[in-house]
Amino acid sequence: MITIIYFWAFVIGGLICVVGQLMMDVVRLTPAHTTSTLVVAGTILGGLGLYEPLIKFAGAGATVPISSFGNSLVKGALMEAERTGLIGVLTGIFEVTSAGISAAIIFGFMGAILFKPKG
Amino acid sequence: MIHGHQSWLFDQKPVILASSAVGGPFEAEGLLADDFDILHEDLWLGQDSFEKAEKKMLEQACEQSIDKAGMKKEDVHFFISGDLMNQIISSSFAARTLGIPYIGIFGACSNSMLGLALSALMVNSKAAPYILCGASSHNASVEKQFRYPTEYGSQKPPTAQWTVTGAGTALLGLEGDGPRVTTATIGRVIDMGLSDPFNMGGAMAPAAVDTLEAHFRDFNRDPDYYDLIATGDLGEVGFSIAADLLKKHCHPIPADKFTDCGLLIYRKDQGAMSGGSGCGCSATVTFGHFMKRMRKEELKRILVIATGALLSPLSFQQKESIPCIAHAVSIEMT
Repeated sequence: MITIIYFWAFVIGGLICVVGQLMMDVVRLTPAHTTSTLVVAGTILGGLGLYEPLIKFAGAGATVPISSFGNSLVKGALMEAERTGLIGVLTGIFEVTSAGISAAIIFGFMGAILFKPKG
Repeated sequence: MIHGHQSWLFDQKPVILASSAVGGPFEAEGLLADDFDILHEDLWLGQDSFEKAEKKMLEQACEQSIDKAGMKKEDVHFFISGDLMNQIISSSFAARTLGIPYIGIFGACSNSMLGLALSALMVNSKAAPYILCGASSHNASVEKQFRYPTEYGSQKPPTAQWTVTGAGTALLGLEGDGPRVTTATIGRVIDMGLSDPFNMGGAMAPAAVDTLEAHFRDFNRDPDYYDLIATGDLGEVGFSIAADLLKKHCHPIPADKFTDCGLLIYRKDQGAMSGGSGCGCSATVTFGHFMKRMRKEELKRILVIATGALLSPLSFQQKESIPCIAHAVSIEMT
């Protein structure tokens, strides 16, 4: 039973990536637009309560793609809103994702200091 | 000197006294490595930015041409150059180092032939006895400005091209031995409404065809006059579109004498996708490879049509289409 989630992680994760690839190759979106669109799709699915069941079903297949970032934004905002009211939407939006964002900034900064791009 | 509607016939036949090409590591692995005067192993050229590296290459190409002609830079009256950087900084900053009176031009990747045509025009009309012209591009600086920084690692479709890291220059005078610039045809701006920066060749092909047809019409010539007709940087996709358009317009050019600088410069297995592009593509292939072949008398008459996409990063962001241009120059051993 434990192995079946690996199968669905593979399928669902792959499908999300296929959607991204199609957006770039067929719809001709830029990489930045593709990423943003997937994030927004994740927030909408998260807001409708559909993303969490997808994570339960496919595990990392749903948490690794960038759409999961959108879901986490909504999750943080909703959690904080429940605790502190409407203002929590603003203060909570980066609550769940702050580790990821901070890591990206700090490691990016360290990488830029230590290494020179090959071009 | 005007011949037909948009061409010049240079009756004095200005001579290319010397020419040179400088390239980077990717070019060193390519098919024309032997035709470069200097090849750099390091994409940075020891500089602290890719833009400075591009300027350095252009400076070296200028020095090479002046040295080969056995002249000093004080003997050269004007320097005509262009590149792809915003405000053509590579050319202007190289001109700052050289100290030669400078005319900056912008025709995107058509700079090489635009500069050569203007230099020949000035030498022919005795506006100056010696003129140096050149063009340059650098893979990492150009990709950063027009698309994405290469270190970002963005995906590219197979229609995309590889910007050449290279600079090419030519020194023109009235008297001497060498290939001579005989005619030039200045192109119109052609815009077929294409807006994909990953398919520049396709966008530029109609401009190349328009200028070629104007050239044949203005001089009442057909392709048989030339040993070789080369477009600047159309790549595989653009080149096949251009060949098809010429066939359709009843100006077919035999496949054995029609080629593209962007197809000549790299090996097939180098991963350059549709082929080479950038100012440095037509500049290094013409001033390096073609000039060497002409001096060896392997080629007697050639026509180079350098193509340029006249977009800016801003016009692309505002979803404008890509206006294109092409300039043709004929070079002959007489």
